[in-house]
Amino acid sequence: MSRIGERFEMLRERGEGALVGYLTLGDPTPEDSLKLARALAEEVDVLELGIPFSDPIADGKTIQGATDRALRAGTTPEHCFRIAEALRAEGTEIPLVFMTYYNIVLQYGEERFVERCRRVGVDGILVTDLPVEEAEGLRRICRRHGVDMIFLIAPTTTEKRVQRIVRKASGFLYLVSLLGTTGARDRLSELTIEKTRWARRFADRIPLAVGFGISKPEHVRAVLDAGADGVVVGSAFVRLVERYGAEAAPHLVRLARELKGGTLLDVRLAGAEKQGL
Amino acid sequence: MARRYPDRKGRFGRFGGRYAPEILMPAIEELESAYRKLRRDASFRRELNYYLREYAGRPTPLTYCANMSDELGFKVYLKREDLAHTGAHKINNTLGQALLARRMGKRRVIAETGAGQHGVATATAAAVLGLKCEIYMGTEDMERQRINVFRMRLLGAQVHPVSSGSKTLKDAINEAFRDWLATVEHTNYIFGSVLGPHPYPMMVRDFQSVIGREARRQILRHEGRLPSAIVACVGGGSNAIGIFYPFIEDEEVELIGVEAGGEGIATGRHAARFAAGREGVLHGTYTYVLQDEHGQIASTHSISAGLDYPAVGPEHALLREIRRAEYHYATDREALRAFHYLSEKEGIVPALESAHAVAWVLANAHRFDRDDVVIINLSGRGDKDVEAVARREGAV
Repeated sequence: MSRIGERFEMLRERGEGALVGYLTLGDPTPEDSLKLARALAEEVDVLELGIPFSDPIADGKTIQGATDRALRAGTTPEHCFRIAEALRAEGTEIPLVFMTYYNIVLQYGEERFVERCRRVGVDGILVTDLPVEEAEGLRRICRRHGVDMIFLIAPTTTEKRVQRIVRKASGFLYLVSLLGTTGARDRLSELTIEKTRWARRFADRIPLAVGFGISKPEHVRAVLDAGADGVVVGSAFVRLVERYGAEAAPHLVRLARELKGGTLLDVRLAGAEKQGL
Repeated sequence: MARRYPDRKGRFGRFGGRYAPEILMPAIEELESAYRKLRRDASFRRELNYYLREYAGRPTPLTYCANMSDELGFKVYLKREDLAHTGAHKINNTLGQALLARRMGKRRVIAETGAGQHGVATATAAAVLGLKCEIYMGTEDMERQRINVFRMRLLGAQVHPVSSGSKTLKDAINEAFRDWLATVEHTNYIFGSVLGPHPYPMMVRDFQSVIGREARRQILRHEGRLPSAIVACVGGGSNAIGIFYPFIEDEEVELIGVEAGGEGIATGRHAARFAAGREGVLHGTYTYVLQDEHGQIASTHSISAGLDYPAVGPEHALLREIRRAEYHYATDREALRAFHYLSEKEGIVPALESAHAVAWVLANAHRFDRDDVVIINLSGRGDKDVEAVARREGAV
């Protein structure tokens, strides 16, 4: 089993949900970004790291801003591999996932990209604009190198497509919980809960993580109670980097702890009791 | 042969495809199947033909240019897309896609625009077909094409300024995709060129092929023969593919696409994808893309907003690869010269985009002799550019 699979398994045995934290690499600079990733890695269960791409069509304003800052600071895919390598060298043991857009992987060379992921200790990749139909080549390369290929499903995804995607996915299945781009929302939509229950039915052999719009402990609790194995939180962390820049580490840690609190089973049960469930 | 493309997966050889976020995939599949069904549907075709004829003013003329022909020493014809309603070929495609949207029960359409021509054509089709319309446009382009911004608003469309990235067409497309991600259930994205995820490059080509079908019939009537060459400007490449496509199997007809050379290839300030780009993926399709060594998309420059885009339609990439078409470029300066030349010589003010095709013919007159017949696709009229050209030349 991959490092990602083992982590979800371990958390499940402990009765916890997984907190997947996201940061855009190179934001605000490659050097500071390593510091921030290091701090967040201490608190989350899986760290998802974005390799910036100039035209991130699936991202909302917050992550677009992070991408702009990272690219202005001269961040390249090479910096991103080095950051991952440095985290591993310092003893980070949680799973690391790269998230990016296809042209970045393509120009680096698919084989070379995946091979490098494995060498530096990146356990999975998620390519936002590579749907399952176009992903076969890259998926085979990932399999050969033992790197998980994570796929997205969306509220619009049909049952037939979900079944197909579940067959191809490894690591975890990432449910985009609402229609739109990435970005923190104040309230969790009804759709998120409904779609989490729906996706759970198909994700029988693979962990299910839910993302987009999740920014508060009560969101985390609600999504886990609806059957998810984990939550992905991105923009809420990135917003702190936007605000505090190189000094964001303590703020990231505080938010991560707050959110992580929402993943613990006893807390969730207590919450449910209070609501008289 | 190239006429059979794309294949079922939307591939033109190795180009094209469908690189889209999962949220959009079901809608894109729905669009494809609706289109495949309707394009064979007699009532849909009748409806589209009705609007093209009675509303957009088709067929557009194929005008013989006596003065230019005398001076250059071979016959020059212009396919007059500038005379189509709204002043450019874009209306052919937007009427098709808006009718499709209505048949699919969508009540809102969105579009990107560079020069504003596609935005105006989308707003127009939406107005006549009773659809709600919102247009994304880069702030730099809004400055260059102020009249078109006003026209879109006049037509009842909402225009959203886009100030991210290079503030031009590429960024307007990013923003339109982001809108579509949130509104996909009731909205169709009316793509303006032969770009984007499959089926857009195929569907837009099909809607634009009316240009080439008419031109073929008209040149046979005027000259009793096929042309020696067809020349068209290439941004995304929809006017070019529209006129090329019905001639693809006529191997004796040279097909020539003209990209924006901007301030010259060496300056890096241009939009000549074939001259300086590499294969890559942008906005859903695999094609030639201007980008840096890491795959970050380059910013482009052209005097004409409609050619100012870092990727080229995948079918053009295939036509070039199999050597069925050749691609060159004209610089800003050459395009401006051609803009004046055609205005003075023939009394026709071309769009700066189309002026690139005219410029190539002027610069390559030596390739043709008196037996040759050359068709230039005059994809749009230059009214929208008059103000910017006048400002640039210090006339106002």
